Amino acid sequence: MNSLAYQIIFYLFAAIIVGSAALVVISKNIIHSAFGLLFTFFGVAAIYVYLNADFIAVTQIVVYVGGILVLLLFGVMLTNKITQADLKTETLNPVPGLLITLSVLAMLLYTFYFRAKWVTVPVDQQLRGTVVEPIGIATMTTYVLPFEIVSIVLMVALLGAAYIARADRKVQTKEGK
Amino acid sequence: MEIGMTHYLALSAFMFTTGVIGVLTRRNAIVIFMSIELMLNAVNLSLVTFSHYLNDVQGQMLVFFVMTVAAAEAAVGLAIVISMFRNKQTINIDEINILKY
Repeated sequence: MNSLAYQIIFYLFAAIIVGSAALVVISKNIIHSAFGLLFTFFGVAAIYVYLNADFIAVTQIVVYVGGILVLLLFGVMLTNKITQADLKTETLNPVPGLLITLSVLAMLLYTFYFRAKWVTVPVDQQLRGTVVEPIGIATMTTYVLPFEIVSIVLMVALLGAAYIARADRKVQTKEGK
Repeated sequence: MEIGMTHYLALSAFMFTTGVIGVLTRRNAIVIFMSIELMLNAVNLSLVTFSHYLNDVQGQMLVFFVMTVAAAEAAVGLAIVISMFRNKQTINIDEINILKY
């Protein structure tokens, strides 16, 4: 599993992720940012496949690309006057933000590579093959209460979103008129 | 040479810091949402990495809950952005300062 092609494809996807994530942040055009986010999500799904997380990879594509990205594009379309070409946006304090963030990145990488002593299981005991069955069993046994709670959270959030974004919210009076 | 754990974690760190840069420097509320999604994806990636290298599916279960909360957050956030846009005709966060005294 560590042949040269395997590594080349990994680094290709890593480059796609880093590049398109940079496009999301750098691009002045929001539509370009959304397309960068699309490629980032697909790249992350590919990396999930590398990590034997097949079900997570499919869920990533369905939920993020099919749901959240479309929702964000709806937000872009609803909050920009397309005809006036108002899709350009400006940046704010790029230099201090970049300095702070790059120093944080340097600290993270230093910790990952030189300081941290990661606990891992031996290679022959790492996850192999499909994990759909263990995930299903864990969902319905150990995690059944969080599963139900999170479904209620999602339902309440969607109802609240529909209520907040509703177009005409008439003020209701007690008299009924 | 093999693809070790630190490679995945470094990729996750790059994604996360890119998201932080977006949140700190951009002014458009929707781009800030996209950057938040980037950060959530980076955390998911590191969770799946640990799940793989520790032979434990609990990390992947956590990713499911993160995804659900991310979907809820995106829905509510977009609704708030649309509502703000209806009131102020802008989503530039520098101009939305009515909570500031």
